[in-house]
Amino acid sequence: MDQKHSVLEMDYIRKQERIALKNCGLIDPERIEEYIRYDGYQALAKAILQLGPEGVIEEVEASGLRGRGGAGFPTGRKWRSGYLAKGNEKFIICNADEGDPGAFMDRSILEGDPHSVIEAMTIAAFAIGATKGFIYVRAEYPIAVKRLQIAIDQAHEMGFLGSDIFGSGFGFDIELRLGAGAFVCGEAKALIASIEGKRGMPTPKPPRTNDKGLWSKPTILNNVETFANIPPIIRNGAGWYAAIGSEKSKGTKVFALGGKINRTGLVEIPIGTPLREVIFDIGGGIPGGKKFKAVQTGGPSGGCIPTEHLDVKIDYESLQDIGSMMGSGGMIVMDEDNCMVDIARFFLEFSVEESCGKCTPCREGTKKMLGILEKITSGEGVMSDLDDLERLGQIIKDTSLCGLGKTAPNPVLSTLKYFRDEYEAHVKDKTCPAGVCKALLQYTITDKCIGCGICKTVCPVSCITGNKKEKHVIDPSACIRCGACQEACPVDAIIKR
Amino acid sequence: MTGGLAVKSFEELMALKERIGREEATDEIKIMVGMATCGISAGAKPVMKALMAFVEEQGLKQVKVKQTGCIGICRLEPMFEIFEPGGERTTYVDMTPEKAVEVLEAHLLHHHVIEKYTIGAYD
Amino acid sequence: MIKLIIDGVAVEVEKGTSILDAARSVNIKIPTLCHDDRLKPSGACRICGVEIEGSSELQASCTTPAREGMVVRTQSDRIRASRKQLLELIWEDHPNECLSCQKAGECELQDLCYDYGVEAEGFAPLKVRTPLEDSNPFYTFDKDKCILCGKCVRVCEELQGESAIHFVQRGHETAISHPFEKGMAYSTCVSCGNCVEVCPTAALMPKTEEKFRVWDIDKKVRTTCSYCGVGCQLDLVVKDNKVVRVDAARDGENEGMLCVKGKFGYSFLSHEDRLTTPLIREGDGFREASWDEALDLVADRMTGIYKAHGSEAFAAFASARCTNEDNYVLQKMVRGIFKTNNIDHCARL
Repeated sequence: MDQKHSVLEMDYIRKQERIALKNCGLIDPERIEEYIRYDGYQALAKAILQLGPEGVIEEVEASGLRGRGGAGFPTGRKWRSGYLAKGNEKFIICNADEGDPGAFMDRSILEGDPHSVIEAMTIAAFAIGATKGFIYVRAEYPIAVKRLQIAIDQAHEMGFLGSDIFGSGFGFDIELRLGAGAFVCGEAKALIASIEGKRGMPTPKPPRTNDKGLWSKPTILNNVETFANIPPIIRNGAGWYAAIGSEKSKGTKVFALGGKINRTGLVEIPIGTPLREVIFDIGGGIPGGKKFKAVQTGGPSGGCIPTEHLDVKIDYESLQDIGSMMGSGGMIVMDEDNCMVDIARFFLEFSVEESCGKCTPCREGTKKMLGILEKITSGEGVMSDLDDLERLGQIIKDTSLCGLGKTAPNPVLSTLKYFRDEYEAHVKDKTCPAGVCKALLQYTITDKCIGCGICKTVCPVSCITGNKKEKHVIDPSACIRCGACQEACPVDAIIKR
Repeated sequence: MTGGLAVKSFEELMALKERIGREEATDEIKIMVGMATCGISAGAKPVMKALMAFVEEQGLKQVKVKQTGCIGICRLEPMFEIFEPGGERTTYVDMTPEKAVEVLEAHLLHHHVIEKYTIGAYD
Repeated sequence: MIKLIIDGVAVEVEKGTSILDAARSVNIKIPTLCHDDRLKPSGACRICGVEIEGSSELQASCTTPAREGMVVRTQSDRIRASRKQLLELIWEDHPNECLSCQKAGECELQDLCYDYGVEAEGFAPLKVRTPLEDSNPFYTFDKDKCILCGKCVRVCEELQGESAIHFVQRGHETAISHPFEKGMAYSTCVSCGNCVEVCPTAALMPKTEEKFRVWDIDKKVRTTCSYCGVGCQLDLVVKDNKVVRVDAARDGENEGMLCVKGKFGYSFLSHEDRLTTPLIREGDGFREASWDEALDLVADRMTGIYKAHGSEAFAAFASARCTNEDNYVLQKMVRGIFKTNNIDHCARL
């Protein structure tokens, strides 16, 4: 058998290390029996019947697991502070408000393996002494919502949720809460406000949610992917998990690979894998023989990483050192056809729209930065704009209330750092080297023109003139740069510069 | 099956796990269809319907068509995998209801893998 | 107690005190736009950012608690630059109308822009002015002048307990509004005006009959509100011997809070129908009299009636609008002088 038939034989899957995604694509997510068949709920049994709360926390601490939502806070330490926090009632929250553009690993876990999250939340609840949990999941994930509810009901039926779990006297319940589409509700405090029925706006820290979270009770909040790592850690032991990954960051991270790359999709890799390996060995490189230009990680909070840093080992600290971040795991690859100014504009626009509007720098500052970027991409930029962008970006990072604002300038600052020449080309030469920014493009007809007149016919603004069988000319002042002529030309005589 | 009885010990859980394993017939062929958002939006529902209709029509009692989540290769959805008792696993990608029926006819009735539809031909 | 150093000054405060309050305790002023001692700190405006040794980012002093051994700087080039930048960002969205704005001179934004050297030029005036929301009979809301400090929302929710207004939309479109946005008059607003009182700019302004600005004010007269017995302290703002506005006194028992009557119900003071002297009935009409004459008349008549008809000819009905002391004195008079228990009070109904 020469040809490979199974997904397991493909490099894309072979080179991954699947822990959080272990069951995704393998089991029927709507049947608890299949989860149990693949060792489901054994970790919960072990936690309750063998380890005890302290034992669970020690295990999670020793595993070295860090928050997969982006900030990378050590999960064990978080749980311990929840365990130590005093309160007659405590809560566990699963943050399933995945909102980064291009990131969908949490959705995949919720849709493909909902029980792993429920088992992990129950373990966490047992560890810190919580009796009630909430999964804050965005309403735009209807399949995830449906499967989570099915899974919760099934877990109840089998006694993995409810009162007296595994005959231990410990009881725990989970309810779903649907987010209404605000990105900022992925921020812990805004998320908690939203569950409480208030407007999703971050409030100052301290107090931290570990001490005063939901309804001012001690609350432990973890992201979907973080939770999905818990059952394997408890089942296989902290040592097994800690052996995977890099020195400071253990385990694996799921990335959503997208953009100009041959094999798009979800990949789960040991932390510390070089970026180059993910993009070229697993992702299969750039399509169409084009040149790699940059990779954007961390979504609207992250930055663009240029070729010179391709060998960086993917972990929380290394990515931060080069002006980006791990974030929730979006990884968007860009080639020579991507304009970095335009990319920065795209991500900043997202942050502008998703700012909650509470604090001045995020509400007004990001909007002002976007205005400057729009000015540059439309050819109106001046050199001092670049300094303004840098200064404003720094002040927004310095003064914003929550993580959204503090990281919103990153896409701009990182591209300014690594691709300043592209910004300067937009400002000084009024050209867009990648040929993306419409206002700076010029379509011209070369000597290859055979005078067929097709371009003249398709031009929606009639800005092309020329006699039959003679070279035609485009009037740049009337041209709207729609590109219709270039597409229609039978001899590729029209070029875009 | 589970009878709605709560599992109270590690032994009960392991016994349950084994029982679930035993309930699968030894000659069972499993067809797992990617039915996450990516699969469904690419058209997995009609594919799954076609698969079920074919199995029903042909009276293939040992074949079970099931849904599953996303294996991470969203670009090649709709896809399904055939798991055979010998441990063989074949991944068919970029499916349509018509292709799916073609695959089942060849694979299940004639033990023939349609190579051009497998993941190996696409990667 | 916690010891820390602010701008080189050793400060000792209780645990849980914010850096802002710790600084104020030693007379170091940190500017703010969204802070109010009576409200939970919000950290919205970010103007109060300070440097803390060991922390790479500026920290909002209103929401950061003082910690043992902290070394804080409230003034530096970096802090000034960030405050100026934040003010510029706010100002950029603000109508450049200080020339005609009634708040000029007592506008916190204007004052801070002056302090930090924010220039008015360079910013184009807003092209489309949002119409004034004036459906409420007592105050107006000018959305364009709102800087979203959120004090009005928090006063309404935390102190007044009404929650009539809140933020709507998000990002740059965020605004203060009320359910269904049909106009303030159709909300659950009770027109207490406590939001107007805390607004740092001219976004929320009392409707006044007179145009005046802070430098036109002749004096402010501290008085006790006469509408009920609570004793709210207020400052009557006087121009040309006429009350043109009422400010709630922060140092009174009411701590800067008033109700609709105390805040807005002052036009009777200069109404032409208002009685300013006692009137004595003569035939079908009244004639003006002095207080001495009027009180003598009342005393004479009461003594006469008491002598002629005794205690039971008297009854008194006291008002909740009078102070406790007034009510006490009235019952004392009825019981002690008229010797009857025929005394009652409207609050008993």
